[in-house]
Amino acid sequence: MADKITLEVARYSPEQDGEPRFDRYEVPLIENWMVLDALNYIKDQLDGTVTFRWSCRMGICGSCGMVVNGHERLTCETLLADYLPGPIRVEPLRHFPVMRDLVVDLSDFMEKLERVKPWIIRQPGAPEPSREFIQTPEQLAEYKQYSLCINCVLCYSACPVYGLDPHFIGPAASALSLRYNLDSRDQGAEQRLDVMAQHDGVWDCTVIGECSVVCPKHVDPSLAIQEYKISATKAWFKNLLMPGGGK
Amino acid sequence: MARRSAESLPWSLFGAGGFMVAFFFPIHILLFGILIPLGLIAAPTHTGMLALVNHPLTRLYLFGFCALGLLHAAHRLRFTLSDMLRLKHLDTLLGVLAYGAALVGVAVTIDLLI
Ligand code: FES
Repeated sequence: MADKITLEVARYSPEQDGEPRFDRYEVPLIENWMVLDALNYIKDQLDGTVTFRWSCRMGICGSCGMVVNGHERLTCETLLADYLPGPIRVEPLRHFPVMRDLVVDLSDFMEKLERVKPWIIRQPGAPEPSREFIQTPEQLAEYKQYSLCINCVLCYSACPVYGLDPHFIGPAASALSLRYNLDSRDQGAEQRLDVMAQHDGVWDCTVIGECSVVCPKHVDPSLAIQEYKISATKAWFKNLLMPGGGK
Repeated sequence: MARRSAESLPWSLFGAGGFMVAFFFPIHILLFGILIPLGLIAAPTHTGMLALVNHPLTRLYLFGFCALGLLHAAHRLRFTLSDMLRLKHLDTLLGVLAYGAALVGVAVTIDLLI
């Protein structure tokens, strides 16, 4: 096995550089090193100005997402050795403005996430529970896969529709929105449908499905979006047949 | 709060058309494109076929098959053009053209079947 591998790291400071560029760094190829370990080696040993996000190093915080050789990856879970003989091209996630090097501005996603109300909603006036809610394993299984989303936004980077139309609510927000609808404790499905059934809700999705392919947590946002299209359509016909009554 | 979109209508027709085309189209191709021409099953007689097509239920089926298939195609065309050629800003125009063409096809279908 080779003992070194080259990384080509995208570098960009919007205030200074006209164009992003790639800087090449040679790093030791250590067994079990991830791409994130190589980036940290570069930052510690070779060039302290390289900028990227990370925190947990165990695929749970969702902050180390980047595009590695053209594919969206959590870099803390991506083995260097899988890319032999190299070089490995590391770029920031697509479709978000780059703040610096590999760090993107997530404001747009944060705004969308909040819009879909990803928290338990109880109807005003619903009786206060006198004890904790009981949930059966079956009820948990209803929403479990969607609750595994870690907001890493690899899905937004992989979604060509979001790239074309930034108004699209997008995969992760849809998955997390459905997660609460499917929760037996929640009563907010109507409010969320109001958001998702709007023109810039789920309708732009053309079921390309890349979101579900790149998800490191095996969430299926594409399915969530189609479920929302069905709910929105049911509600629409109901409203057509019984105006006002069904809403 | 902005209104819920009326996109549900074309989308449900698109879904129904997709089902019709995916499910029944292969059967038609298999019967009339492969099995009958190859002589693997006997060709129906002209009078037999005519009697079948003249039955109101067959006509209803053919109407659903053609009309929904056309609306399915229109929806797909609208999104393919708007996404592939980056014409999102012309979405309304594309919709009018695509669904309009499909509706013309539906009118022709009705004319042929009645
Ligand atoms: S560093 Fe937390 S997911 Fe990679």
